[in-house]
Amino acid sequence: MTITIEYYLILSAFMFLVGVAGVLTRRNAIVVFMCIELMLNSANLTMIAFASYLGSSVGQLFVFFVMTVAAAEAAVGLAIIIAIFRNKLTVNIDEINILKW
Amino acid sequence: MSLEVILFFIFGFVAAVAAVMMITRNNPVIAALYLILNMASLAGLYLTLNAQFIAVAQVIVYAGAIMVLFLFVIMLLRPENEKKFLESNPKIKIFAFIVAGFVFVQLIYIIFFSAPSNILQKNLDASVQAGTIESIGNELFRNYVLPFEAAGFLLLAATIGAILLAKKKIE
Repeated sequence: MTITIEYYLILSAFMFLVGVAGVLTRRNAIVVFMCIELMLNSANLTMIAFASYLGSSVGQLFVFFVMTVAAAEAAVGLAIIIAIFRNKLTVNIDEINILKW
Repeated sequence: MSLEVILFFIFGFVAAVAAVMMITRNNPVIAALYLILNMASLAGLYLTLNAQFIAVAQVIVYAGAIMVLFLFVIMLLRPENEKKFLESNPKIKIFAFIVAGFVFVQLIYIIFFSAPSNILQKNLDASVQAGTIESIGNELFRNYVLPFEAAGFLLLAATIGAILLAKKKIE
């Protein structure tokens, strides 16, 4: 038995959809954010698997850039959450509706 | 059974279980700790895929820096626990899971329909060579210098933005 690339793709698809389900069901803004990180990670796993099976380092380079974007996104997003919490004293996304018309 | 198979199943199982546990815990601190477990086992998977540099970066950047930031913010804001997972709005949650499961079945179908393993056979030497820091650095500083600089600029902008947003008062 050898591990073909399908195993990695299925694991990655599973993790991505767990992340989607988390975003759709959780109501805490920070946990929603962590689910987005989970989805980014599953995309990374796909890229690393393809890079490894193709024998090319470009896919790994892209993962490197995705990590940069994820770090920037986490910093700015958490700052926004802190700013919202300071104004409304909640991180429940059902109660944050200031952009609702 | 070769070592690769054993390692894949151990790390893959831990990653999948940690992901599911993460979205079902109602205490955000425990959810964050499960996400760290998930990321650490992903680093193990990257090692079995011969991506040493990315595995190390995963542990340092994701499991280290980003998750510490998350834990800091969770403990700083001390958000109240959510209700038990299926207690509030169970219909909408079950619907979300049905949608996610449907898309998962679609993805599985596509993966097996396209059967990428017919074309992609692992070439161990090329794979090991591609994962070294040397080849990543070669690629990064020869062909991808502009995206690299852009990433640096993005981090600077994010730092400034985070400071500005989290400041006590914006005049």
